[in-house]
Amino acid sequence: MSGSPLSYAQAALLALQQAMQADATVVALGEDLGRGGVFGQYRGLQQEFGPQRVIDTPISEANIMGAAVGMALTGLRPVVEMRVIDFALCAMDEIVNQAAKNRFMFGGQGRVPLVARMPIGIWSASAAQHSQSLEAWFAHLPGVAVVCPATPQDNFSLLKASLACGDPVVYMEHKELWGLQGEVDPTLELLLGRANTVRRGNDLTLVTWSRGLAPTLLALELDGLKGVSVEVIDLRTLWPWDQTAVFESAARTGRLLVVHEAVQVAGFGAEVAARTAEATGCRIARLGAPRIPVGYAQVLENESRLSPEKIAAAALHLLGTAR
Amino acid sequence: MRLLELYRLMRRIRAFEDAAEEASQGGVAAWGLAAAAKPARVRGPLHLSTGQEAVAAGVCLNLAREDLLTSTHRGHGHTLAKGADPTRMMCELFGRANGTNQGKGGSMHIADFSVGMLGANGVVAAGIPIATGAAQALKIRGLPHVVACFFGDGAANRGPFLEGLNWAQVYQLPVLFVCEDNRISATTPTAPMTAGEGVSARAEALGLRALKVDGNDARAVDTAAATLLGAVRAGQGPRLLHAVTYRFKGHVSVDPGNYRDAAEVEAAKRNDPLLVTRGQLLAAGVAAAAIDAIDRDALGEIERALAAAEAAPWPEASAAYDDVMNSGAGVWR
Repeated sequence: MSGSPLSYAQAALLALQQAMQADATVVALGEDLGRGGVFGQYRGLQQEFGPQRVIDTPISEANIMGAAVGMALTGLRPVVEMRVIDFALCAMDEIVNQAAKNRFMFGGQGRVPLVARMPIGIWSASAAQHSQSLEAWFAHLPGVAVVCPATPQDNFSLLKASLACGDPVVYMEHKELWGLQGEVDPTLELLLGRANTVRRGNDLTLVTWSRGLAPTLLALELDGLKGVSVEVIDLRTLWPWDQTAVFESAARTGRLLVVHEAVQVAGFGAEVAARTAEATGCRIARLGAPRIPVGYAQVLENESRLSPEKIAAAALHLLGTAR
Repeated sequence: MRLLELYRLMRRIRAFEDAAEEASQGGVAAWGLAAAAKPARVRGPLHLSTGQEAVAAGVCLNLAREDLLTSTHRGHGHTLAKGADPTRMMCELFGRANGTNQGKGGSMHIADFSVGMLGANGVVAAGIPIATGAAQALKIRGLPHVVACFFGDGAANRGPFLEGLNWAQVYQLPVLFVCEDNRISATTPTAPMTAGEGVSARAEALGLRALKVDGNDARAVDTAAATLLGAVRAGQGPRLLHAVTYRFKGHVSVDPGNYRDAAEVEAAKRNDPLLVTRGQLLAAGVAAAAIDAIDRDALGEIERALAAAEAAPWPEASAAYDDVMNSGAGVWR
């Protein structure tokens, strides 16, 4: 299996390009797509597929998402660009009431196979309205899948899986990962709902996703955690999520720490923790951001950021508790 | 005869609405009224289009089965006029397994995709963006059909109205926007809540040609819709029809609507679209007996629909887990 190094953004671009080449019903719509998209993740697509399939839109988030629902009902498979999750909030009715419920409330008459790309996360001192991680909002919503890739390979394979799954997918790339380089095997197929056990271990299960993965792996190199056998699971998709992998691991290690960049209160970590505790009775801890808006100045922003040190401290605290 | 077709369609809608209204009494606790001790046959909020039938009939008689339609929370008339089977519609209102939506949507989400009716909607103006996307897909796929997008006067004050009309004009999409203006937003008169010259002026400000008609005159609606849809079908971009009508009933069927002046309601009922068209038929030489026969046929059709709905099976509880999504199906917690 040979791969080539691509950035996280290039991996998604390649996945979308291949999907559009293979299926004439795949279209993309959103702001600035004709210039490659704000993060370059659509570069060259309008030149290759034309403005009818790579559609530059007005700044009309509600209509972008609503039109995608209408397109999906009329035989297309739209990829919807929301630019950042914070702007998708202008399209919440279209996501929550229209896309997510259409199939069920109309008794299965239609399908809404769309992929709504809503990049999450702290990025480049963008402050409170361009830095949120709202994946838990959508995990709470019946009818949508929620995907949070952490690597270039996953951004390639999970975008392809999302385009193929037939459901409305809330696809959450992390804005600080666009430049991340990694090997991408274009033949690797992934299914939504399968976690990636990144590292095997027996003392502690550490579950994370998206931008949480990199500082988690760095935390394992810190002095305090050297010599501790930590199992690291990248959840990859929040709905469906890989309960089998997490329960099996936590039952074996007896300790679960869930790490995410999103605010900890009512974050998806709470769901993972509660379900795993119910299933295994293991010790539980969570690490997420405090319940504060993301600040602009570096010292303020850092309060909301994950770091290897914070993750190591949380892990050591959990390891120090009685089993 | 076109006028007879319009009348027949309106009469069928009226019969459906009257029957649904009767079956819904006590179905929802609102406006200070308690729900009935014995559950109503039609549960939940029921938004009736009684008095507004000429808009549904006049527009939909100009649509082919392959044309698409998006509707509002007040969507029974549009659904019936687009060609849905009233028995399956009534079964849906009764929450039965063989309803148009298998009992999963009820009145507010009634839909029949098999006749191009893409759904009533519980959110004001929500059908507008969906209609633009459906029209864009038709255009991208090179299909010759058009989309009729019904919305109410209240929708013109929501953001998606601006976003959707702008969008349709920018991409020159095959959509006929139909503002079914019943002059009231739930219980609040719309005019004092609306700045400027109204929905047609707003459309024209975006470059959409618009026509305003008497929405209680089915013949006038039919003529205007034919004109506008001709342009839409010819690829000349979207158009807007502003049809001014009147809602005879309250916001929902258990709402007595007594916040409105009784004289205003009585005056409106003297301008009942069925009476208007009946008068036109008589003037055109159609025998009263022939019109009465249409009335009887419509009542008979809806009585049969009611009886079928009463006898129809309930959904299995397990159907609550069907058609949620593919990914992760089977795991619900």
